[in-house]
Formats: sequence, structure tokens, C-alpha cells
Amino acid sequence: MDEKYIVDVDDVTIRFNLASEKIDNLKEYFIKLVKHELMFQEFLALKNVSLKVKPGEAWGLIGVNGSGKSTLLKTVCGILKPYKGTVTTRGTIAPLIELGAGFDMNMTARENVFLNGTVLGHSRKFMQEHFDEIIDFAELWDFLDVPIKNFSSGMQARLGFAIATMVRPDILVVDEILSVGDFQFQQKCYGRMHDMLDGGTTLLYVSHDVESVRKLCSHAIWLEHGNVRMQGRVGEVTEEYMNINQ
Amino acid sequence: MNLMRDRINTFLQYKDLLRELVVRDVKLKYRRSFLGYLWSILNPLLIMIVMTMVFSQMFNRGIDNFPVYLLTGNALFEFMNGATHMSLYSVLDNSALIKKIYVPKYIFTLSRITSSLVDLIFSMGALLLVMLVTRAQFSWYILAFPLVIIPLYFFTCGLGFLLSAANVFFRDIQYIYNAITVAWMYLTPLFYPIDLLPEWLRWLIEHFNPMYYYIQFFRDLVCYGQFTSLRIFVGCWIMAVVMFLIGLGVFKKTQDKFILYF
Repeated sequence: MDEKYIVDVDDVTIRFNLASEKIDNLKEYFIKLVKHELMFQEFLALKNVSLKVKPGEAWGLIGVNGSGKSTLLKTVCGILKPYKGTVTTRGTIAPLIELGAGFDMNMTARENVFLNGTVLGHSRKFMQEHFDEIIDFAELWDFLDVPIKNFSSGMQARLGFAIATMVRPDILVVDEILSVGDFQFQQKCYGRMHDMLDGGTTLLYVSHDVESVRKLCSHAIWLEHGNVRMQGRVGEVTEEYMNINQ
Repeated sequence: MNLMRDRINTFLQYKDLLRELVVRDVKLKYRRSFLGYLWSILNPLLIMIVMTMVFSQMFNRGIDNFPVYLLTGNALFEFMNGATHMSLYSVLDNSALIKKIYVPKYIFTLSRITSSLVDLIFSMGALLLVMLVTRAQFSWYILAFPLVIIPLYFFTCGLGFLLSAANVFFRDIQYIYNAITVAWMYLTPLFYPIDLLPEWLRWLIEHFNPMYYYIQFFRDLVCYGQFTSLRIFVGCWIMAVVMFLIGLGVFKKTQDKFILYF
């Protein structure tokens, strides 16, 4: 791969099976197999999408619902595997696709810090070293030993964000997670993201809020029905996007 | 070779996750129960008492110490049974997470089997207790029990991988597998001596029932104070390696498609 790109999405197609009825039992499978009806009603969530990101750039992904923004993020994270094309990334990725995915509601905040940290691929020792820092940021010292099913959604989001952004990753992937939490905490999150960007982290950012894309990002890619409609400097792309959508 | 090294590195990176998941399972299992972990010892004991009352008269020919005979078989079979039934759902239960964060998916299956292994160790406590109470003969061979547990663990992992992957695509597997394990239990000499069976059935079990190998090996160590025969010893490992490779192969081949079937 080309050395100068940190994220290299090359001509990627993602295929989903949108079968009208999902075949998930053996009997149906064999009936359909015998009748030669085992056709997949395929749906291409991304069609020949390319995205080349250089280190330190901040890319906003814009487009209407169902245009493939989240699919593209998940492909970069390695959650989805491309049907065609290749995805190469260099360095560590911090995925903020859903805060606190992987929390166990029955366990306490303290236990979840370790569980969630290891889900993200950190070692236990590493989590121990950064434990105080996480709780400081999430402001949850008083609730350490409370099962998090008793937390409000904002508190869970705070903890999730604190864990996910504890390290300075090479690539930060953010998917509309800041809609929860109060204003003060949102400001704190934006602050931390800005710090990371200043430190040279590459950002991929999905939001419907074009203003925040303009504020955070240097470049933007506009997706429409799984195709790239336009990509380039953030100003031009968002302006065009706003014009069309008004 | 490089790929192999990458795999091992990934596993090492996530070994703490495996640990956290096992600790969670063990912790949550008995959270808020009064007797807690004691249940892991009490449960096999209670089952043993009932089964001994019912069957010891029926099958006392050829079994010297019925409670110990029963517990040795039951402990291993229950481990395999419990672990594989838990792994059936291991991938599906974590689908929400798998959709959002990249995690090696086999970790979830592995963690459930490993937490069952913790239970097995507890039920060894029950066995020890019963051996003391019934004044069973102790021999040094008992200390060789890891030689049974290790291949059994690999065997169970293989089966668990296979089942957890298959269950993503065909949800019938969970019901079929229920029926299979019931049949499998009766076709394993857990509470009856194998020589009561007709010759042909006995031959089949002695050759093709994997659990027979592990249980026979374990009983040789615990009940009969001897190392097992070469056939059984080698059989244990062949079953383990074959099952492990099949399970891992199927899992690896299908894992990228899991997300499309959740």
C-alpha cells in the first residue's frame, strides 16, 4: 500500500443479504436449495467507494440516512469485511461507534472499566494505570461500585467516552455519539477531540450536524445511496451538500 | 508463518479480555445467592445422591464404588455438556458488540468454555469429598488428571466453535443439539457398567464415543489406580485434535459472514 495514507479504502463494495425472508433454519434451507430458490436478494451498501486519508487529516462523512456512512466506518474498523476491494489501515484505531457497547449492565462501573478496556484490546495492567484518569474524566468517583444498569444514559456515555479516548489513537472513528449527555459534557468531549487532532490523530467523523463537521474537519466525503457523490475540502463539499438539501 | 504470528499476537493482545469475561461469568453466576460457589460442589453431590439411590442396586455388578464411578463420569460429561450448550449462544449473545467493535469473535466462545472449566475444578472438590467419605483408595495416579482435562478442553473448544458458528446460520442447531446430547448421555457409560450393553453397541461406543475415552482415562486414574491403556490415551488426543481443527476451521471460514446473519 501507499505509505503516505493512514486509511486506504480502495474501491470497496459491501454487500448485504436483504433476503425478504431470512433463512435461518435448516428445513427452509434445504427446501430452497432443492427448489433452487436460494437466491440472495443482494443489497450493496457501498459501491466502489474509495477514500484515501493522510495522517493528521480530519474527514467528515455526510449524507442522508441510509447512505452508507456508518457502513463505511465499520469497514474501516474491520467490523465489516469488504465484498470487493481492500481496506488498509495503519496504527491503532479507537472506535466510538456506540459508547459503552460491551458494557455489562449487571456489573459495577469499576468492573466495566476493565471489561470495556479489554474489549478494546488493552491489557489489564494498562487499564489499572489509567483507571484514575478515566474516572476523573467521566466524573464518576461517587458511583464506582454501583451496577451501571442504575446509571443514566448520560453517565454511561461519559464512562464509555472516557474509556475509548483514554489513549491517543492514531485513528479516531466517531459515529454520532455526542447526542447524549448534557451540554457541558459535550463541550468536554469536543475539547478532547480537538486535543487529539492537534496531537496529530486522524479523525473520521459522522454527523448529521453539518456545522460540527465544518468545525472539526478539514475534508469531507458525501455519500449517496452507497456511492461517493463528492469528496474534497470540507467547505466546498458541505456547501454543495447544503445547497442540494434545501 | 507471518499470518500465524499475527494470530498469536492478536490472541495475546486479547488474553486479558478472555480473563475478564471468565471472571465475569464466574462472578455473576452466583451473585446474590446465599451459598455462592458452594453450589458448584453441592449440585453434583445432590445429583449423585439421587442417582446412587436409584441406580446403585440396579447396576452394582462390576462397580465397586458406585458414587465415585458416577461422579467421575458425570463431572466430565457435565463439563462438556454445559460448555458446549453455553457456546451455542456465545456468538449470538454478543452480536450487539460484534456489530460495533472489532473483537476476535472466538474469544466469546473460548471464555464460556473456560468458565465451565472453572466449574469442573469445583466439582472435583465434590469428588474428593465423596472419595474421603466412601474411604476410596487413593493412588498417586490421580495427580495425572490434567492429562485428561487438557485434551478434553481442546475437544470441547473444537465442538464449541463448530456449534457457535453453525447456530448463527441455522438456529435449529440449538434444538437438534439438545436431542443429541440427551442421546449422547445415555450412550456414555455414566451410571451403568459398559459390559451390560450388547456387543455391537459396546463396540461402537468404545470406538466412536469421544466422551468414552476421556471418562475411561479418568476412571482408570481415580477408580482403578492405574494409568490407562495406550489406545485410550492416544484416542483422547486424536479426538481432541481432529475436533479442534474441524471446529476452528469452520469458525474461521464463516466468521466474516456472521454479521450478515444477526
